[in-house]
Amino acid sequence: MKTNYTGQPANRVDGSLKVTGTAKYAAEFEAEGLLFGYIINSTIAKGKIKEIDISQAMQVAGVVQIFTHENVSGLAWFNKSYKDMDSPPGDPFRPLYDHKIRYSMQPIGLVVATTFEVARFAASLIKVTYKEEKLVTNLQDNLHRSKKAPMGKVGYVQPKSRGDAESVFAKAEYKIEGEYVHAAEHHNPLEMFATTAIWEEDGKVTLYDKTQGVSNVQLYISNIFGLSLKNVRVVSPFVGGGFGSGLRPQYQVFMATLAALELRRPVRVVMTRQQMFSFGHRPGTVQRVAMSADENGKLTSIQHEAYGETSQFEDYTEIVVNWSGTMYNCENVKLKYELVKLDVATPTDMRAPGAVTSAHAFESAIDEIAYAVKIDPLEFRKINYAEDDQVEGKPYSSKELRACYDQGAAKFGWSGRSIEPRSMREGNQLIGWGMANGAWDALQMPAKAQAVLSLDGKLTVSSGTSEIGTGTYTIMTQIAAETLGMDINDVTFKLGDTLMPMAPLQGGSWTAASVGSAVKAVCEEVKAKLFKLASKTKHSPLSGAAPKELTMAEGHIFLISDPGSRLSIIEVMRLTETDSIIESGMSGPDPAAKTTHSFNSHAAVFAEVKVDEDLGTVIVTRVVCAVAAGKILNPKTAGSQILGSVVWGISKALEEETVMDNNFGRFMNHNLGEYHVAVNKDINDIDIIFVEEHDDLVNPLGIKGVGEIGIIAVAPAIANAVFHATGVRVRDLPITMDKVLQLAEEDKNQVRV
Amino acid sequence: MKNATETVELPEHYPVSLKVNGQAYNLKLQPWVSLLDALRDHLQLKGTKKGCDHGQCGACTVLVNGKRINSCLTMAVMKDGEEITTIEGLAKGDELHPLQKAFIEHDAFQCGYCTPGQICSAVGLLNEGKANSLEEVKELMSGNICRCGAYTHINSAIMQVKGETGNE
Ligand code: FES
Ligand code: FES
Repeated sequence: MKTNYTGQPANRVDGSLKVTGTAKYAAEFEAEGLLFGYIINSTIAKGKIKEIDISQAMQVAGVVQIFTHENVSGLAWFNKSYKDMDSPPGDPFRPLYDHKIRYSMQPIGLVVATTFEVARFAASLIKVTYKEEKLVTNLQDNLHRSKKAPMGKVGYVQPKSRGDAESVFAKAEYKIEGEYVHAAEHHNPLEMFATTAIWEEDGKVTLYDKTQGVSNVQLYISNIFGLSLKNVRVVSPFVGGGFGSGLRPQYQVFMATLAALELRRPVRVVMTRQQMFSFGHRPGTVQRVAMSADENGKLTSIQHEAYGETSQFEDYTEIVVNWSGTMYNCENVKLKYELVKLDVATPTDMRAPGAVTSAHAFESAIDEIAYAVKIDPLEFRKINYAEDDQVEGKPYSSKELRACYDQGAAKFGWSGRSIEPRSMREGNQLIGWGMANGAWDALQMPAKAQAVLSLDGKLTVSSGTSEIGTGTYTIMTQIAAETLGMDINDVTFKLGDTLMPMAPLQGGSWTAASVGSAVKAVCEEVKAKLFKLASKTKHSPLSGAAPKELTMAEGHIFLISDPGSRLSIIEVMRLTETDSIIESGMSGPDPAAKTTHSFNSHAAVFAEVKVDEDLGTVIVTRVVCAVAAGKILNPKTAGSQILGSVVWGISKALEEETVMDNNFGRFMNHNLGEYHVAVNKDINDIDIIFVEEHDDLVNPLGIKGVGEIGIIAVAPAIANAVFHATGVRVRDLPITMDKVLQLAEEDKNQVRV
Repeated sequence: MKNATETVELPEHYPVSLKVNGQAYNLKLQPWVSLLDALRDHLQLKGTKKGCDHGQCGACTVLVNGKRINSCLTMAVMKDGEEITTIEGLAKGDELHPLQKAFIEHDAFQCGYCTPGQICSAVGLLNEGKANSLEEVKELMSGNICRCGAYTHINSAIMQVKGETGNE
């Protein structure tokens, strides 16, 4: 039995639950007398509710109660009570708080009935009359109203400029500039937001909720409803996808809790797919990039400004332009990031927030400037390679981006590329090859874990983190089993419960590093305890052994100097009459390391597209994504994360866009029929490479997280490939056939090499 | 509906017999209950997932008389007397269906929410004798969205099982 599990492509420990339909998601918990809630949303974007007529709906047999702002009381008064761990600066939205409408599809009521169908039917009988006010939802028309993005959202850092980019640019011989746009995008995890709220006699409430952070929901609900933390238990063993949408508590958890507390009955509230478009999105953003280079391809100036949309009540911020100050070596960098307030829901973090937005513009611009100086775009990136973090003036703890370039290019066959656009074709299919690179923060947050080793030699480790599909159950089990040299089948990892030790929100690619380090730490504690006990055993091969003489593997503790002298874990516990070992542990980032180094993961993405010359349709036929993210705990689950990210990137580049009707301030395509995401047929060959990257500084596990790094460079790599195929530079995502054709038509004389 | 006055009439309950995973169930359902909600809320078979309730995602795919359908687009009363197989009915005891095993082996899922629908679709595909090439699998599996993006792994799992059963 080998017990060195990390780095191995283990199958998911929760795999059989997922393939048999027995993994339980938030809407799948049952209770006696369960009631069903159906949420009503506003049909206007701005104004006031004049009247909400529930009389007819109340007549429907089976309707128990209808909650609206008119009959809900006893909630927290202050805005700040509605803040959660991921709130941006501002006044959070308060559901059913007053008659004001702040954005279209704002939740304005909840029908509770004995069946789902009755609740839905009764909701259709509610008549709402509004007093409408003038609204503003068009980002591009309102850039003049932008203002500087404030500090306050966790992780947000203001961009820093350096040198004098403007005057260098003005004098430069080789330069480009362009405006890049993308509209709102919605996360659309396949499981819709759902909460089953169970009211208990003693005033406690248990919430089975779809969330990326049980502690965050616990805090939020306890603040709003004035409950003590210990009276709110939040449970979430499986989450059907998050991608950031579950970082903040969503309004269904408020609705379900409200109804359960008021009615003293268990209540389930599930959003509809349409409602999945009503609470936060990747903000539509307009970006302007200008760059100059010398004749050798050295970047001489970078200017990058971004205007993101936000709501009227909160200032959602993300790190967009900052990446342009660290990605390449350049003395003159001018960065600007501003927000435009619109009558929309507050945007929400969505997979690689900010970085993916930035890379679309910036990495496309790098391609443009490389073409301006007639240098291969990969070669151009190598010329401007940043060894150090120029903003912080610190080296990276590790940066194997060059290896990503080389291995990715070799796998893709990049050396066979002819630089000329429109130079490769098969019949009427224009073929293009493009590439781009990206970076993401390798972060670690404080996290806690508990371990219980029982007399039968079984270990249970727990931490209140979540499983959104990333493989948390599996990698934590691997880490625990390896640390204690135990058979992986003897180890169980539990998560998703506020009764467990606290873990950070599952986001930012930091879960493996944060919770993994805590799991390792707590298992080290158990190990130390076992060594102590082993040494206390009488007349055993390990009697009196010092901890440093001992090690563990294959379910045994043995002398390093004499592996034959050993005792099994069970023997040690039996001989010392130990029923169980219970340890708690925690781990957090090393503040000293942060003062000396910067921590980033990196990726290089190579894409091939085929563009139909007559129809303008784009197909991504091949993608190679080479990733440097430190040690990879499980190449199988990590590979799947990167694979999923590449699919997201393709989807973003070619399909995803929530279209706003600016007359009504409403997203028009709020369903999966009209909001397109990549389906099976859209996806072709995807190759993933994890390059070797050794890093002792980043965290005790040497890992950097893989949840976001895979997506960042995909859309620009595709956009660059489309340019290479067609000579047309589509700067507005998604790249749809109409844009390709129209630009080809209008801009026949685009700059060609 | 719009003209309804004080008392609002609700649809009557009808007897419905469903044979699900070999077991017979006699239910009384209003006609507005979808097959999906009948399975999830009345029979407590939560393995079949709801991802849109509008026929746009495939998460609710089940087999009716061996053919795959979106159970959210079907009223339960329409399937009176028919044989339904859900994800819960594929394994034989502890022995997983070859596709279930292949999905685990190929890591053909992440969050797992689309997985029951993907597997039921794939079983239907193989039953129907369709999907004779990777291109066909891709086309015929495109009604099942996987937002986690496990498509290439899903396809290799299906192709593997297809190959194995083809060789028998
Ligand atoms: S739930 Fe039936 S297709 Fe989406
Ligand atoms: S595994 Fe998450 S949607 Fe497919």
